Amino acid sequence: MALLEVKNLHAEIDGKKILNGFDLTVEEGKVHAIMGPNGSGKSTLSYILAGKSDYEITEGSVTFQGQDLLSLPPDERAAQGLFLAFQYPMEIPGVATMTFLRTAMNSIRKKRGEEELSTPDFMRLVREKAAELKIDPEMLKRAVNVGFSGGEKKRNEILQMALLAPKLCVLDETDSGLDIDALKVVADGVNRLRSPKRSFVVITHYQRLLNHIVPDVVHVMAKGKIMKTGGPELARELEAKGYTAFEQAA
Amino acid sequence: MNAEIRPIRTPAEQALAASIEAARNTLPGAAGVKKLREAAAEAFIRSGLPHRRVEEWKYTDLRALVREAPPLAAPPDKNAFEQAKKLDPLPRLDARRLTLVNGAFVPELSDIASLEKGLTIVPLSRALAENNRFAQKIGELHPDTYDAALSLNTAFLNDGVLIEIADGAKLLRPIHIVNLHAGGTPSSTYARSLVVAGKNSEAVIVESFAGPEGVAYQRNSAIELQVGDKASFDFIRLQAEGAAALHLSTLLAKIGNDAKFALYPVTQGAAVSRFSVTLRFAGKGADARFAGATLLRGRQHADTTMMIHHMMPNGTSRELMKSALDNESRGIFQGRINVHPGAQKTDARMATHALMLSDKAESVNKPELEIFADDVQCGHGATSGAIDEALLFYFLARGIPRKEAEALLIHSFVAEPLEMIAHEGAREAMLARAEDWLKARS
Ligand SMILES: Nc1ncnc2c1ncn2[C@@H]1O[C@H](COP(=O)(O)OP(=O)(O)OP(=O)(O)O)[C@@H](O)[C@H]1O
Ligand SMILES: [Mg+2]
Repeated sequence: MALLEVKNLHAEIDGKKILNGFDLTVEEGKVHAIMGPNGSGKSTLSYILAGKSDYEITEGSVTFQGQDLLSLPPDERAAQGLFLAFQYPMEIPGVATMTFLRTAMNSIRKKRGEEELSTPDFMRLVREKAAELKIDPEMLKRAVNVGFSGGEKKRNEILQMALLAPKLCVLDETDSGLDIDALKVVADGVNRLRSPKRSFVVITHYQRLLNHIVPDVVHVMAKGKIMKTGGPELARELEAKGYTAFEQAA
Repeated sequence: MNAEIRPIRTPAEQALAASIEAARNTLPGAAGVKKLREAAAEAFIRSGLPHRRVEEWKYTDLRALVREAPPLAAPPDKNAFEQAKKLDPLPRLDARRLTLVNGAFVPELSDIASLEKGLTIVPLSRALAENNRFAQKIGELHPDTYDAALSLNTAFLNDGVLIEIADGAKLLRPIHIVNLHAGGTPSSTYARSLVVAGKNSEAVIVESFAGPEGVAYQRNSAIELQVGDKASFDFIRLQAEGAAALHLSTLLAKIGNDAKFALYPVTQGAAVSRFSVTLRFAGKGADARFAGATLLRGRQHADTTMMIHHMMPNGTSRELMKSALDNESRGIFQGRINVHPGAQKTDARMATHALMLSDKAESVNKPELEIFADDVQCGHGATSGAIDEALLFYFLARGIPRKEAEALLIHSFVAEPLEMIAHEGAREAMLARAEDWLKARS
């Protein structure tokens, strides 16, 4: 059974069609890359998977671990193991990063019927994961993402991902805004999380990220659907030819 | 005076007039105080309860809101003390407690032993009986225009607490004036207090209000604060009255040269409440802060009306008001900063924000500036809106349930003014009150 199965998904917002028969099957332990031009619907897809309510699903289905994902509220999806690393992480003034991380971890543990983490255990875990991602512990004392640089925000997303240990990680342009060193740190962070039980959907514009996080499957998306699917070589082909050829295929 | 002349009409006004008449000859005090009371009584009988055509009371039409005026509370007995004691809304605050039950100062529930050097505490009733220098200080401060609630308070001038902090005295512990209501049937209570903070003195005063949940008692409380030159004075206020109460409260403050004054009002109780503040910069170079939070639910109505007069040069003031309004509640903030012609180099900024937690809640957010000096820096802003859904989604996407996410966001919204409270114990006590309010949110 596939971990995630998206079938013939059609979605619109304010009457504007964004997804037009999108299909995607992700097996356990696999890394899928989705590449596609601006406005092709990549973030929309990721938001729909995470449960943002702005969209109207007019056709199709999404199953996650055999369950109808679309009928679950977003916090329930997170508890079941779905994680979205946002393209534009939110700034939350007045809520300390530590409070946010702790509330998230404990909410998910509670929903899974696990005990809350003790403060020392939580602190140890955060410190360890932050160090791996080269995040300055001082930053965690600040409000969530407030005053963080673009790259720091992205690293903070990966920190959350590492702490919540999801089954399916959707990374929406996590590489954009990262310098070369940070890209390596983030990619290493993602690679550390790779396991036969965990899958990834990596949305990106650049081959560069895929040199670090080597995908099993590469998809080209345009106009709200998958245009072509292949192996890592497809990403290199895209880098060379651009999207135009694929868009015309539509 | 802009009190219009008209006959008493509503049953509540008639009951109040009768109550004033009955109390007239029983209240203590010398000729001076009697005159003050008489004048106030007369003015009130002429004006009646304030209504929406009185500008300052536009959003809190007492004539419509107050149907009845319950009788004056009897002097509290031991039984009342016992009842009241349990109602202290800040029981863990480490402070010198001065307790008033139904407007009467209760030495048995007050910590008046071993006062710090330079600290004097006198019940108003005693000051009136002795006609001492305190008694003569009552009524020195006035609002800008005739105010019926204050007149009513003055008409019943009887008890309260008078605090004097001598020049240069620094209080080691905050003083907590606890205003409690006892009794299972509705009654009316009045209290008048005064704080005189001397030159270079330092003090933190907390004032709280609480009472039984289901009793429609009515409280009218007033306090005058005279803050001397270079004094540092923090005043923290918690209105946590019982849910059926009517709470009318007046704060009049005057601050001297280079004084530092801060006022932190937190409003979360009563069915109908109004808190009126008049602050005057009587000296130059003074600095004032107003940072308040109002937390309402159900059908609560709370009005904070603030008037700040910059009358002298080089004054600074910062006003921040945050209101979180749930269900069908109604939160009102009217703030006005007046910069008088002599108040050059005034730097004043006021911001008021309302967080609407329900479609049926209502907010009136009215900041105003009136500037009669040319070399000043002043600004104001007001916002009102619901919780940001995009922010909320970020929490949800991390597995945090909606209620908990909302609680964190509401907390971050209302905590801002409370975090400014410099005294750690008072700050934590007020933040804990805000958290309790959030936990009780259904
Ligand atoms: N809330 C919205 N209202 C109207 N149109 C929207 C809304 N959100 C997205 N769209 C439109 O849907 C289309 C797809 O947007 P989406 O953000 O999913 O693209 P994307 O593939 O992630 O692009 P990029 O590579 O630039 O991040 C765009 O044309 C966008 O303008
Ligand atoms: Mg996008």
